[in-house]
Parts: sequence; structure tokens; C-alpha cells
Amino acid sequence: MKNKRKTAREPIRLGKVIRTLIFGLFMLVMLFPLLWMISTSFKREIDVFNFPIQWIPPVFNWHNYVEVWQGNYNFPLYYWNTIKVTVAVVVIQLVISSMAAYALAKMDFKFKGFIFSMFLATMMIPDQVTIVPRFILLQTMGLLNSHAGYILMLAFSVYGVFLLRQSVITIPDSLIEAARMDGATHLQIFIQIIIPMLKSSLATLAILRFVWTWNDYQNPLIFFRDQKLFTLQLGMSQFASQAGTYYALLMAASVLAIVPLLIIFIIGQRYIMDGMTAGAVKG
Amino acid sequence: MEIRAGKHKKHKDNLIGYLFMAPVLLGFFAFIAFPVIASLLISFTDWNFLAGFSGIKFVGFANYAKLLSGNDAWFTPSFINTIIFTVTTVPIGLALGLIIAAFMDKYVYWSKLFRVFVFIPYIASVVASVIVWQVMLQPTYGPVNSLLHSIGMANPPKWFVDPNWALPTIIIFQIWQTLGYNVIVFMAGLKGISADLYEAAEIDGAGEVRKFFSITLPMISPTMFFLSTMGIIGSFKVFDSISVATGGGPGTATSVVAFYIYREAFQMYRLGTANAAAWIMFAVIFVVTMIQLRGQNRWVTYES
Repeated sequence: MKNKRKTAREPIRLGKVIRTLIFGLFMLVMLFPLLWMISTSFKREIDVFNFPIQWIPPVFNWHNYVEVWQGNYNFPLYYWNTIKVTVAVVVIQLVISSMAAYALAKMDFKFKGFIFSMFLATMMIPDQVTIVPRFILLQTMGLLNSHAGYILMLAFSVYGVFLLRQSVITIPDSLIEAARMDGATHLQIFIQIIIPMLKSSLATLAILRFVWTWNDYQNPLIFFRDQKLFTLQLGMSQFASQAGTYYALLMAASVLAIVPLLIIFIIGQRYIMDGMTAGAVKG
Repeated sequence: MEIRAGKHKKHKDNLIGYLFMAPVLLGFFAFIAFPVIASLLISFTDWNFLAGFSGIKFVGFANYAKLLSGNDAWFTPSFINTIIFTVTTVPIGLALGLIIAAFMDKYVYWSKLFRVFVFIPYIASVVASVIVWQVMLQPTYGPVNSLLHSIGMANPPKWFVDPNWALPTIIIFQIWQTLGYNVIVFMAGLKGISADLYEAAEIDGAGEVRKFFSITLPMISPTMFFLSTMGIIGSFKVFDSISVATGGGPGTATSVVAFYIYREAFQMYRLGTANAAAWIMFAVIFVVTMIQLRGQNRWVTYES
């Protein structure tokens, strides 16, 4: 109904149609690398560099995907590792961040203000400053070159705490006080009142953290030595140096690395775009 | 009685508060507080990691002096490249982002669909995207150079492997990859500009261009401020694309500060200089942010 009314009020204008077409063309140029990737992933090696570009492969070659998946490139293992660490990081981060967010927003305890300003003050510090001591710490604890160490390290984030705290603050105090009067403990309030009201912020954090962990390259590069621990991004870069000039194979591998995220993005685009731009609106 | 009950309650509140905070506080101490202090201390030492803890030698400000002297064969070019990177990617990314966002806000149909398209490179993994770009920009047979050959260019650039073109290529890649983020943030900013302003300007007979420069640009300046800060910080942290595409090469052509730190720490094992460089990087980010925060009050227009 809403759309109908809108079109009724705003007739289709030729100028806008032309601008849309030109703009669409620009979008195609921007997406050119990814479109070319998909097209090339279905080509035979000998057809990859045919010029002019053949967008529809002259011979469809599904075998690239079979080769990447079943060949000697460990792709199923990289996939499994990536899913494992990503899910663990997301779940742990949601739990510990929402607990801290509740405490910071609704509880009173000693040094709360100090802790909060410490969190805030360190947000500007880049990873490069902390990476060497983190490496030494994990090595000392025997957690270097392990998924456990990596998961622990990524599960903690000040960003996640702040994001959730923003939403906990908007929950009225009266709601919590009423529950306290009825004899509810903080844990009960947290699980039965706070968590259900945080659903959309939790979804935002979950999906953002998923994207960032899935795409993480620098940390696995530094913290994983064994190839059997490699995640998809690290495996991809190694595959690129191994597979060298098997370009169609490389493109099939790239598609496999990008597509899961595209699916997540299309399902959760509202959360992703709103979450990633949240800081901008508040300033 | 009442006072004692209050005191008891206070202790209990503290305990429960810290129980809820415990995991995050542990993470904070282990992965932020301790590393920040340790890294500062290490930056004043000469320490080859392979020598173990006994190899630590205190050298005062020697690392900083060496890096800032301008004579370090890797740090100086890395720093200059980072500056080049920043002064190109940030303004171009902002200008392109604003133009595209303005178009999508008012002048085209299907802007919701375009919004998704323009964001895709930002979501796609940097590693996979770089690999795709490498193949596309393959110097001899790649589609881009085939095109340039076909329109009569005898010696097109060799892109990632060309000493003169490697850095510009990384810069173009970075602009492509982050453009979607700028567009989405700008669009959110444009949505916040009241339609009344435009209507008033139309009554006064202002054209589209006039409206853009007199209303859109001043009203969007808070967003601009935010994005330029993020852009500068982001360009100082750029690592993935360079590590995968060029490894800082050819020579030092594409090495940047973040890559220098990685190379120094995890390939050369010189932890002192690596951490000193990290603190120099942080100092630059800190100063830039402070300057912009102060300047913000002067040149940014907020809607009242």
C-alpha cells in the first residue's frame, strides 16, 4: 500500500531513470572484480584470460570447486576451523559483554567510574601496540599456536561492552527495581529481563563480530604456526602462493571464502549497516 | 541496625558487580592493560626475541631516536608511504563517498539495492579480494592490461609488481574496499538533514549545485569529521592488503607502518624497535584525533 501511494504521488521521471542507469553502470564497474571472480571460477584454465572478456564461460567447468574442496588444499579443514573459532568467539563475547554491560549500566560498585574511563581511554590504542606482549603472554601460558588462545583473545572486546551498555541504559530502572522488590536476584533479572530486551543489540554485535572474526587475517597469521590450525583467510593466502598460476582454481577458492559472508550480509544487512555506522550518528 | 544492613548491602553489591564484570575485566587486564604497559617498557629496550628474557637490554630512547632520525632503511619509507596513503585514500574516499551517497539519497531509483551493492566490497574478505585483484591485474594476460593493450597502450603498468605503481594500486584497492562504509555513513548523515532547509532554498530559487554547496556540505560536516578521523586511523592500521598483495615490496615500495611493525617483530624478532614504532604510530593517531576534536568545534556545523 505504502509503495503504491508513493508512486502515485511521484510519477516516474525520465531524468531520474537516466541517472539510475548511469549510476547502475558505475555500480557494475565497482562490482567488476567480484563479478569477474564468479565468472572465472567456472572457467577452464585456458579460457581465463580470453579477451574480450567472456562473462559466460565458453565451457562450464564445475571441476574447479571439486578440486579446491577435495584436492590437497585442506579447504574443508580451513572451513571447519573458521566456523569453530568464529562461533566460539561470538558466543563467548555475547555472554561476557552483556554481563559487563548490565553491571556497568545498572549496578553500583566500587571503582565503576574508574573502570569505565579506563575502557574508554584504551579504545584508541591500535592493535599494533599490544600485539607483541599478547604474543609473549600466550606463549608463556602455552596457548600460542592454539585455537583456545585465539578464541580467548578475540572474545574480549571493549567495543562489545560499550555497544550493549548503550542498550541496557535505555531499559527503565523501575523495571529492575520492581523485580528486586519481588525478590529476584541480579542473575534472574539479567537472564529473564535484560537479555530478552537486548535481542536486537545482541544480534548486531553477533553479526559484526562474526564478520570481523571470519575475515580476520592478521591474528591467525601471527598466532597460528601449524597448518592444521589455519583459518580460511590464512589458508587462502597460503593457497594463493601454492596454486600460483591456477587462476580459475584461485577464483573458485575466493568465491568459497566470500560467499558465506555474502549470505550472512544479505540476511542481516540491517544489523550490519546500522551496527557499523552506529558511532557516526552519536558522534 | 539500618546502617549495618546498608553496609552489608554495599559489600554485596560490590561483590555481585565484580562477578558480572569478572570475565571482561580479566580480558582487559590480560589483553589491554598488561600489554600496553609491557609494550611501553619493551620499547625502551634492545631485545632480540630469540635470545629469550635474559637478552633484554635497556637502551632508553635509542629506539625512538633511531626510528625518528630518518635514517632507518625500512621505517622511514614505511612512514612516508603511510602519509602518502593517508593523504590520498582519505580525501578521495570522502569525496567519492559523498557524491555517491548524495546521488543515492535523492537522484536515482533503487537506492536500497545500490546501498547493498556498494557495501559488498567492504564485507568481502580482504584476502580473497586482493587475490582477485591480483589475477585481474596480472601484468601480461590479465583482463585490465588486455584492455589497455587493446586501446593502444604499449606498456601498461604492472600494478602490484611495478615499483612505481605498487603503492598507487594498493591505494586504489583501499579506496574501492572502504568506499561502501563512507557511503553508508554519509547516507545516514544526509537522512538527518531537514527537508525544510531544501524547500526554503528552492523557494529562494537555488539550483541543485547551489543547494549542495550551501546546505548539504555544511550540514554534513559532522559526518565528514567522523569519517576523516576514522579514515586516518584506518589508513595507519592497513595491513592485510599489503601483507597479501606485496609483502611491502617491491623493495620498500608498499611498506607501511603497520606492516613495518609486523615485519620487525615477527620476522626480524627485534621487539624493541617494533614496539617503539607502535608507540610512534599511536602518538600520531592520538595527535590527529585531538587536533580534529578541537577543530571540530570551530568548523563543524551542528543542526540546532
